[in-house]
Amino acid sequence: MDAIKEIVPVLAKGLNVTITVLIAAAILSYILAFIAGLCRLSKNVFIRKFTGFYIEVFRGTSLIVQLFWLYYALPTLFGINLGSEFWVGVIAIALNYAAYMSEIVRGSILSVSDGQSEAATALNMSSFQRMRLIILPQAVRMMLPEFGNYLIQMLKATSLVSLISLHDILYQGDIFRSSNLALAPTVYFIMLIFYFILALPLIWLTRKAEVFSKKGVASE
Amino acid sequence: MSGNWSWEIFMDALPYVSKGLGITVGLTLSCFLFALVFGFVWLLLRNTPFRIINWFFTWVMEFIRSTPPLVQLFFIFFAWPALPVIGVSLSPFVAAILGLGVHFSTYVGEVYRSGIESVDSGQWEAAKALNYSAKDKWFKIILPQAIPPTIPMLGNYFIILFKEVPLASTIGVVGILQLAQNYGSKTFNYLEPLTIVAILFLILSYPSALLIKKLELKMNRRFEKKDA
Repeated sequence: MDAIKEIVPVLAKGLNVTITVLIAAAILSYILAFIAGLCRLSKNVFIRKFTGFYIEVFRGTSLIVQLFWLYYALPTLFGINLGSEFWVGVIAIALNYAAYMSEIVRGSILSVSDGQSEAATALNMSSFQRMRLIILPQAVRMMLPEFGNYLIQMLKATSLVSLISLHDILYQGDIFRSSNLALAPTVYFIMLIFYFILALPLIWLTRKAEVFSKKGVASE
Repeated sequence: MSGNWSWEIFMDALPYVSKGLGITVGLTLSCFLFALVFGFVWLLLRNTPFRIINWFFTWVMEFIRSTPPLVQLFFIFFAWPALPVIGVSLSPFVAAILGLGVHFSTYVGEVYRSGIESVDSGQWEAAKALNYSAKDKWFKIILPQAIPPTIPMLGNYFIILFKEVPLASTIGVVGILQLAQNYGSKTFNYLEPLTIVAILFLILSYPSALLIKKLELKMNRRFEKKDA
């Protein structure tokens, strides 16, 4: 019991970093996912191919490799420094998950029934109005459950930032463990419970989103 | 920092890093095999006659699935030996198989479940009406219909697993990522070896992804024909 009392505050110190990385990465990746998803539907073949290349590279290699590449290799290659470990972590997670989610964006837009965009055209809407008022409101609903699933994935991925020495939950726990070897099982078990408690509201939101996404959508 | 891209270093690092390919691919296959078998265990544990046991293991699965595999890996490697009675020291390779294998078995278990649930209830009723034994019901009616649609899903998880395997370098499995880091810390050149790792991953995972997409289309066609 005493051990638990000792460990919880240590891990709580890392909570701040884990949550900040998660929020920053989530916002950035949703924005990038929309941009990339819409670019994949562009009429311009260069934009389409270029975005396709980005998506395949980031989906085809693993997050940890991308993280290390941005951290160790990028500064050497272009002399670009992404600012701090924090931004390297956020950008790596965001680029990786945006590549996955852009396919959700593209798929959802395509699965809105053709009749909807035909009706919008018949009502003399411009292509921008059609996308903004007719297609996207329906497509976004369909994206929500998958977005929720990827949010949970991103939460799990934030643990990787400890490898580039950001002081997140895992980092704090590891430091504590290295000086209290006998407590290792307790440390890691409480750590897993920390992550699970963070994931619970996201799991709940995803389930809500699944119900919500089926309402008011005309898909094939 | 040692300046920009150098093909010399690239050519020097390429054979060094590639040596780890066997370990990386071998670990992926071992983890996947473990996950395939352990996925069945989840299926059994969640379908016992006792509600409370089913409910308990549903949450255990949810717990494993929604917490980071990296922490689970550390748990198996650093914490397992310190546990009383069951604690034994594990080699990094075995710890990685257990850690990643158990994590992925929860995904695989869900795939199995969705496969079985996708079999039409009329098929179960027909098996009952025709007085099939439990064994015949499963092996002649349910499984032949439940397994094929899950194959592309399992293939996708295999590729995802392949991309999670470099996590094992954090507990000292010497795959391609670990070798690239060793090369980097010896020569202070991280750019070329890490780029090689990325290229190797891309070369292996992209064609497999295309193959699975093809398989998926083939399966879809086959099942459409059945409905018609």
